[in-house]
Amino acid sequence: MLDQMFVLLKHWLLGYSPAVLQPAVSIFLTILPILLVFPVLFALTTVLERKGLGRMQNRYGPNRVGIYGILQPMADAVKSLTKEDIVPAAADRTVHFLAPLVLLAVAFVPYAVLPIGRNMIAANLDAGVLFFFAIGAISELSVFMAGWSSRNKYSLLGAMRAVAQMISYEVPLLLSSVAVIMAAGSLSTVEIVQKQAGFSGIFPHWYVLTPWGFAGFILFMIAATAETNRSPFDLPEGESEIIAGYYLEYSGFKFALFFLGEYLGMFAISGLGITLFLGGWSAPLPFLTWVPSWIWFFAKLLGLIVGFIWVRGTLPRLRMDQLMNFAWKFMLPMALVVVVSAGAWRFLGQGVMRWVVSILFIAVAYVLLARGVETRNRIAKRTYRFAE
Amino acid sequence: MLGEGIVKGLAETARNFLGSFVDRERLVTVQYPEERLPVAEAARNFPFLIYDGTDPEQGLRCVACQICEKECPPRCITIEKSKDKKPDFVGKQQFYPAVFDIDVSVCMSCQICVEVCPFDAIRMDNEFELSTDDRFGGLLWTKEKLARPNEYYMAIHPTEAAEVEARRAEEQAQAEAKKQQPAVTK
Amino acid sequence: MIRMSATFLILSAITLIGACAAMMLRGLVHCALAVAIAFAGLGTLYLNLGAQFLGLAQLLVYVGAIAVLIVFVILLTRGGESDATPLPQVALPLTGLAVAGCLFAVLAWAVFHSFAVHRAGTQATPATVRELGAVLMDSYVLPLEVIGLMLTAALIGAVIIAMKEKQDTP
Repeated sequence: MLDQMFVLLKHWLLGYSPAVLQPAVSIFLTILPILLVFPVLFALTTVLERKGLGRMQNRYGPNRVGIYGILQPMADAVKSLTKEDIVPAAADRTVHFLAPLVLLAVAFVPYAVLPIGRNMIAANLDAGVLFFFAIGAISELSVFMAGWSSRNKYSLLGAMRAVAQMISYEVPLLLSSVAVIMAAGSLSTVEIVQKQAGFSGIFPHWYVLTPWGFAGFILFMIAATAETNRSPFDLPEGESEIIAGYYLEYSGFKFALFFLGEYLGMFAISGLGITLFLGGWSAPLPFLTWVPSWIWFFAKLLGLIVGFIWVRGTLPRLRMDQLMNFAWKFMLPMALVVVVSAGAWRFLGQGVMRWVVSILFIAVAYVLLARGVETRNRIAKRTYRFAE
Repeated sequence: MLGEGIVKGLAETARNFLGSFVDRERLVTVQYPEERLPVAEAARNFPFLIYDGTDPEQGLRCVACQICEKECPPRCITIEKSKDKKPDFVGKQQFYPAVFDIDVSVCMSCQICVEVCPFDAIRMDNEFELSTDDRFGGLLWTKEKLARPNEYYMAIHPTEAAEVEARRAEEQAQAEAKKQQPAVTK
Repeated sequence: MIRMSATFLILSAITLIGACAAMMLRGLVHCALAVAIAFAGLGTLYLNLGAQFLGLAQLLVYVGAIAVLIVFVILLTRGGESDATPLPQVALPLTGLAVAGCLFAVLAWAVFHSFAVHRAGTQATPATVRELGAVLMDSYVLPLEVIGLMLTAALIGAVIIAMKEKQDTP
């Protein structure tokens, strides 16, 4: 009952609208929660991030606005709305204006294929996962538009690097989800979650609890961190590297829109990770199924957000060449090995054998590739031309 | 092994994060307006004028010799000598400043005025919460604003003040002794 | 008169406006972005026709990769900064119109003599991803393998070209 609360609410409200308007009202009622919930989650995440990072760095986060600083997003909103909107004189006005809008539009659309709860999905597409990746790929174009339209060499450099990074990390992202699609046999997100909703004994059928699923999940999350330009992959927007990279020339509200678009992308890709690997809205233990499904989804989403914040507070920024090396020389082969391992898992039938074979594939590949990545760091002995 | 450093780093930050809720010493923040760090004794910000006793006009040590005005590198001190004289702590008649202005927006806290003053009349204060929204009149400090009692000086810089007091007591004793003795020989 | 739905009109208008803008705009990067809009419009037209996989693949590959590639090429070869020499005023537009007219005639003949108008065939099986996968592995496996081989060759060639440039510089 509590589980289907929102669906029943929508049907009840739909009953009050005239029959001719019902399709439009239905669409509106489906989209409205997405447009309300995720920006609020964004506001909450900004506070959580700043306070979390502060605690990790031996300091308090913001604690002046509201109790324990929880109303800080209000102060940030007022600041970004009242700041002067500066557009450089040499900038290309149309493209400069359109870039944050395109980014924001493209950031909201993938939420339509994420199943937030049982029967709670905005658009049950047959090719849901492919839809998600297709729309995500369009956001690269908006990043480029932002960087190029400012007519600033640093912005352009940041934009080129950002696009190169996003394209490089698309491949391991797609390959690790191909493993899940192979195991589930369908591209529809609803079906993928249905396949993971069962229990065998006390363990759920989540894909993350299989060896290829675990490796695939880690690869997916690393690629997701790189796709959304988040630390430690935030070279294109690093504040001490290239000032602000591709959104250097944006001030006030447009900057806030970029910020919003980046965080929304982060939530969307975490949502996809939850759907593919962590079982979507299904409960982790059989005796916990009485908790509503959407609460599980948001709990897992919060867990992943905490993971993102934790990694941001821990790791230093990767250099561009280290980043690209990592993507092409480590993650791509590893993702291919995960696909092979998933195939082996599927065709070896139940029993210990499939565990052994899967883990063997992944472990051997990991050790070999790790050695390959590490030996690149050999620094040549320094030779002095004059001072001997 | 690849990934080992990452896991160790994550464990370290997790320990910091969880420890910060349990152990107060992990958080090194001083919540500023409510808590303040103690100020060092030799800390200095802007100068002030010392007066002995309770009357800022009568007890002002400054004799308007204008040495500090001439030595000040950015020339932020403005002094106008008075027309009449008044006695100082040894009894000698001295001029006093009718106008003594320091432009605090110019002063660079170099302490040269303090070093050259022969009368221990100007010393450095350590107050720093001096914001004002009047950037012309509010930052030009007159004699009234600059005069502080000797007790205040002894409170903020105890060791210096002790040395100054010892010296001044000695000079006062010498002046008293000279007054007691009969006049010079012919 | 073929009945055209409102969505088809809107989407084809977007595609056509993008394509026209790609020809008529001044800055080269603007033209590239307009071409990206035209690609996106095409993708949505495929989706309108019910070909989910094809439409989404069009969006993923064309807008997400090829448009970005075009833009990168423009930037890396300084194509956008050069001042274009003015084209001859009278001759080129007339030739252009003639070529466009011929192309339009051929396309119109092809469309009018095709399935869409005559409805000669039976209802085709819906092109779901599962069907596409089955057909690719079953009757079209040879073209699939040949395309894979060609892509591998292209990838190796690209790596070799990039490597050769790196050996030239030091």
